[in-house]
Amino acid sequence: MIRLTGLTKRFGANTVLDGIDLSIAEGDRVVVIGPSGTGKSTLLRCINFLDRPEAGVIRVGDLEVDAGRATRAQVLGLRRRTAFVFQNYALFANKTARQNITEALITVQKRPRAEAEARADAILAETGLTEKADSYPAALSGGQQQRVGIGRAMALEADLMLFDEPTSALDPEWVGEVLDLMRRVAERRQTMLIVTHEMQFAREIADRVIFMEGGRIVEEGPPAQIFEAARDPRTRAFLRRVTG
Amino acid sequence: MRALDLDFMIGLVPILLGYLPLTLFMAAVAMVCALILGCLLAMERVARIPVLDLFVKLYISFFRGTPLLVQLFLFYYGLPQVMPFLTGMTGVQAAIIGLTLHFSAYMAESIRAAIVGVDRSQWEAGEAVGMTRNQLMGRIILPQAARVAAPTLVNYFIDMIKSTSLAFTLGVTEMMGATQKEAASAFLYFEAFIVVAVIYWIIVEALSFVQRRIEVSLNKAFTR
Repeated sequence: MIRLTGLTKRFGANTVLDGIDLSIAEGDRVVVIGPSGTGKSTLLRCINFLDRPEAGVIRVGDLEVDAGRATRAQVLGLRRRTAFVFQNYALFANKTARQNITEALITVQKRPRAEAEARADAILAETGLTEKADSYPAALSGGQQQRVGIGRAMALEADLMLFDEPTSALDPEWVGEVLDLMRRVAERRQTMLIVTHEMQFAREIADRVIFMEGGRIVEEGPPAQIFEAARDPRTRAFLRRVTG
Repeated sequence: MRALDLDFMIGLVPILLGYLPLTLFMAAVAMVCALILGCLLAMERVARIPVLDLFVKLYISFFRGTPLLVQLFLFYYGLPQVMPFLTGMTGVQAAIIGLTLHFSAYMAESIRAAIVGVDRSQWEAGEAVGMTRNQLMGRIILPQAARVAAPTLVNYFIDMIKSTSLAFTLGVTEMMGATQKEAASAFLYFEAFIVVAVIYWIIVEALSFVQRRIEVSLNKAFTR
């Protein structure tokens, strides 16, 4: 169970998140869409405190944090209950593909090395990267790097997986393989919160679609409703622009 | 110009090499200490801990801003006058401490620059998986910064080996001190100093070779 209440983030005088309220049931796959610069990425980054929200309450699993006065331990707690997939992959540059996956299992989750490595190998097999296990990120294509990035997040078995425009930095030829992998994650009913511009994909896998503009949730509902019968004129205008 | 006394020069080589272990010992100990101290200073400069940051800045400024020879004299001849418990300090100890403090200030700046140069995404990736600040520093940031800083740090080590020759001004008989004595007793200054210069030169060239090997292995993760 994920619940955000009144989540607020300002950059200087600019209010990027204007009191976001959002609940996600376990196993739900929620996709956030909207024009760029409307706080979609910031929303994700505030949930695990990559950006520090000014106010609001964040609940992930059994941990509830008052964002305005979160302690260091609470921030770590939120980060350990979530997994994050970055737009620019952000793989550890000094670690191989396998080590990128085992790193947090060993240092953060304190699992035995052998167990962590077995888990990494299983995930590499699943993501089709067994042959690249010992390659460093610099030797991988964008698509391969992002698959490792998703694998690293999968390995954590987090309460919530956050995807911040995972295909936006990819060359078009690699987008398909990354979306395929995300579909497979979604099939397991992993709780996911995804920011993406891939409308077709959103429609396919989302239980719920959220349209954000100006730091607020304008409208939300099942994909069929949002994509075919949006109530708000802003949602309809946005969808007209992106789907042509 | 008179002919060089080759027999004296050849005979001098084994004598001077006998003092090489002391030279390398001072440089190696000072290098390890300076690296550790330099890392700590650099991490403070990155974290900018209030008040402490002022002292660290002052420290770095002082040890970079004054000659090593002045610092060595200050430790060995000066400090014991105001702090009598330091009277028992040997020349070797003073040289190691002086080299450590002096070079740690330079290394701190190189390491700080290398840490700051690590891409922001590396910090965020570590934070996102729930690493503590120390885990992130030790396992992700410092190893990547080391690759950037390594060539400069080896240069400091080379500089340090050459600077051990200043220990002779503290009464330590290391390679330079021994050369001085041999030169004086045979009255063959040119021959003696040429020999010691060549010995330093060969050591530094050998280290430069090691330096290139280190760079290749550190760059392994970053080349296709």
